[in-house]
Amino acid sequence: MKRIVQIENVGMAFDTKKGRYTALAGINLGIDEGEFVTLIGHSGCGKSTLLNLIAGLTLPTAGVLLCDGREIGGPGPERAVVFQNHSLLPWLTCFDNVYLGVEQVFARKEGRPKLKRRTEAALALVGLQEAEAKFPKEISGGMKQRVGIARALAMEPKILLLDEPFGALDALTRAKLQDELMRIVAETGATTVMVTHDVDEAVLLSDRVVMLSNGPAATVGEILEVKLARPRERLALAQDPVHAECRAAILEFLYHKQLKHAA
Amino acid sequence: MHAVTIDGFAAATEPASIPAAATPGAAKTPPAAIRAAPRGQAARRALGPVLPALIGFALFVAIWHLATQNGSGLPGPAATWKEALRVFADPFYRNGPNDQGIGWNVLASLHRVAIGFGIAAAVGIPAGFLIGRFDFLAGMANPLIGLLRPVSPLAWLPIGLLVFKRADPAATWTIFICSIWPMILNTAQGVKRVPQDYLNVARVLNLSEWKIFTKILFPAVLPYLLTGVRLSIGTAWLVIVAAEMLTGGVGIGFWIWDEWNNLKVEHIIIAIFVIGIVGLTLEQVLVLAARRFTHDE
Repeated sequence: MKRIVQIENVGMAFDTKKGRYTALAGINLGIDEGEFVTLIGHSGCGKSTLLNLIAGLTLPTAGVLLCDGREIGGPGPERAVVFQNHSLLPWLTCFDNVYLGVEQVFARKEGRPKLKRRTEAALALVGLQEAEAKFPKEISGGMKQRVGIARALAMEPKILLLDEPFGALDALTRAKLQDELMRIVAETGATTVMVTHDVDEAVLLSDRVVMLSNGPAATVGEILEVKLARPRERLALAQDPVHAECRAAILEFLYHKQLKHAA
Repeated sequence: MHAVTIDGFAAATEPASIPAAATPGAAKTPPAAIRAAPRGQAARRALGPVLPALIGFALFVAIWHLATQNGSGLPGPAATWKEALRVFADPFYRNGPNDQGIGWNVLASLHRVAIGFGIAAAVGIPAGFLIGRFDFLAGMANPLIGLLRPVSPLAWLPIGLLVFKRADPAATWTIFICSIWPMILNTAQGVKRVPQDYLNVARVLNLSEWKIFTKILFPAVLPYLLTGVRLSIGTAWLVIVAAEMLTGGVGIGFWIWDEWNNLKVEHIIIAIFVIGIVGLTLEQVLVLAARRFTHDE
């Protein structure tokens, strides 16, 4: 297994009006190629901050993050982000939203027809060929999030970063998109890091669940390996004792160990 | 959200908020009216904004008529209407430089506004982008703008006369100076309000500065920019009348002053209506443009 991301002793502090606030401290984590890792924790614990650090949108105040052996010094298309609120540009069609990223990554090597084919393929992957000429306001929340995923995947990133991508969706759409994401990750073999606060989502999707302790100075509390065979079937998992164990372990961490700290 | 920082700006930026500007309340039928009229709904909805407007105008004309009965010298609606028919029968006549049809006068005023406003847009919009993007420039410009913006445009007229030595460019200069502020302020505010999410997208996609400008900054700022343009045109049209009264020549403002000297009060009232209609038209065109380029989400 090749190591894609290496996080070494990373800390993050912010200057606020009330003084310096340490959000993250002493984070150590390695992510292997093709792995699906979720970051889970109570809201405000710094999950998204950690994801932003991997994305390069913010730089750590301590420690170092490596992507493919090189230090992460800023954002880049090899670490594609799917934002919580989809962040599609409302004045561009779904096609153009995806094309924008494709063009940026591949325009130097490839001609226009090939770039178009890449964009179409990415939209087909998330099942949205039909909606390519539509504007974001004309499609549902779930579809917007799919376009966001297509935009990220179309850039052929080394790692896909998802920041609570399904947080704003209703339960049924959420389940459907989780299944879609599992299929897409299986098809593309993408390395994925996802922030969530949904225990079931974490167990269903992950190879490993990284549990963060409560802030300030949040750090990696426990890491749980989800030893469930793939492809996973939502209904079958409900009966699976391994699934129940994983769920219980995460709940124990979140609502027993960490809640006491918070109180 | 970072509003423009100087206190005095709050008043200027408040009416610039996009949703309020882009959806005139008059276009909507109140829900109560729909419920009360299950039959003939379509007809009523079409009449909805028209009927009250007609009643309003009728009332206005009636009061005008009554108020001018006792011979104050002010012409009533009937006399004005008769005179208006005569004026508009031949709006484009020319009897020498000081006696031209109302059409020529309106066009001359619009021409001046177009030049002054055009230069103001060419300077103000890029300046707004720069001030919005770079805090240092904002720190430099904001106190100056705060100082100069409240000055009546007419105070700039003598400066224009001094520098340009002629009345016409001085009037254009006055239009320029009064219409530049709303465009700078609204564009700068629009740049400040570009959602951080979009800029994060730009960073993750690694877009070039040019792509950031054309694909993200410009479309995101456009509604604010158009609000600035609308406010600017409105001010310019207000100011041109006053400026022309002082500078003379051809133009609707000069025409009013000329007709005052001739004591043709009907013509002054006609000119007031013409100025109002032209101003309303300019405003509506820009409101439509702003709605076209406002992206929800």
